[in-house]
Amino acid sequence: MIAALTTILLCQLAGEALARGIGLPIPGPVLGLVLMLLLLALRERFRKRLPDTLTGPVLEATGRTILAHLSLLFVPAGVGVVQRLDVFGAYALPLAITLVVSTIAALVATLLTFKLVLRLTGDKGEAA
Amino acid sequence: MSAAPFELWVFLSRSPLLWLTVTLAAYVAADRVSQATGRHPLANPVLHSIWLIGLILWTTATPYATYFEGAQFVHFLLGPATVSLAFPLWEHRKTVLRTAVPMLAALLVGSVVALGSVLLTGALLGLPQDLLVAMAPKSVTAAVAMGIATTMGGDPALTAVMVALTGILGAIIVTPLFNLLRVTDWRARGFAVGLASHGIGTARAFQVNALAGTFAGIAMGLNALLTAILAPLALGLLAR
Repeated sequence: MIAALTTILLCQLAGEALARGIGLPIPGPVLGLVLMLLLLALRERFRKRLPDTLTGPVLEATGRTILAHLSLLFVPAGVGVVQRLDVFGAYALPLAITLVVSTIAALVATLLTFKLVLRLTGDKGEAA
Repeated sequence: MSAAPFELWVFLSRSPLLWLTVTLAAYVAADRVSQATGRHPLANPVLHSIWLIGLILWTTATPYATYFEGAQFVHFLLGPATVSLAFPLWEHRKTVLRTAVPMLAALLVGSVVALGSVLLTGALLGLPQDLLVAMAPKSVTAAVAMGIATTMGGDPALTAVMVALTGILGAIIVTPLFNLLRVTDWRARGFAVGLASHGIGTARAFQVNALAGTFAGIAMGLNALLTAILAPLALGLLAR
């Protein structure tokens, strides 16, 4: 568990260091995600020669535990709304309209593009 | 009131322990309600935790900074959670690679529409530039969006609120909207909500269907990457 958590933090730390060190426009945690993918790919390849702490199911289980409560993690940031009530009061209507319009637009555009290109590439459905 | 309980309150109200406990307790309560309603979209646990905690802070006149001393432990996990998206992505790599072309197309169109529509609608309705900058990365997961806002000279705290609101909004709208559009493909539905509403949308997708949740997680990761590149470009265009 602790080794797994350390591995996840190490990926994030390396991502953060890489992003800031080279000045990449990509955020640290996203680079951390890419590094974790590389690590998983390497682990798959050298499975037999690695210690159990790396090959066992604990790493995945730890990641899944964090992901299982993903929406909880947004609560502290969301409560920040109490700090900005002046901004939200002054622009309540235009802000609400902008967020609703843009969220619906993004949802529909993504969904329809995905569906259209699926059909063009001759996909046979989820089970295929 | 005698002095003792008052002193106790003064001590507790400033300790991280109290506000961390309040955050978790509010979420557990809101999540139970969501479960009891059969995961009704309007019973979104994030939405109801936020107003509940906000109300507690307001009644006790607690500053947000004091609250965040405790809540930061939860907030911190946003970064490790982003890294952990690698696990479902790796596990479903075959399905993902098979749908790589539709995903990349949807990613490109969705990311541009999410970014373009918020900047255009906001500018048309006369929102000031600093608000537009804070809203630009609203579809991206909080840890990343705050980073993007900071690089563009925006206010990361305001961005975090926009991100949470967009997430809640998407998680509430997605099920009725996609039922109305009669799209039943879980991959497409999940990918769309993950792109538009990051982690809160992904959490919603996992509630409805595991495959949808996986695709939502992928969309969330990919869009974080693409928006980090596109947002400064789009704001540059708008400023002209």
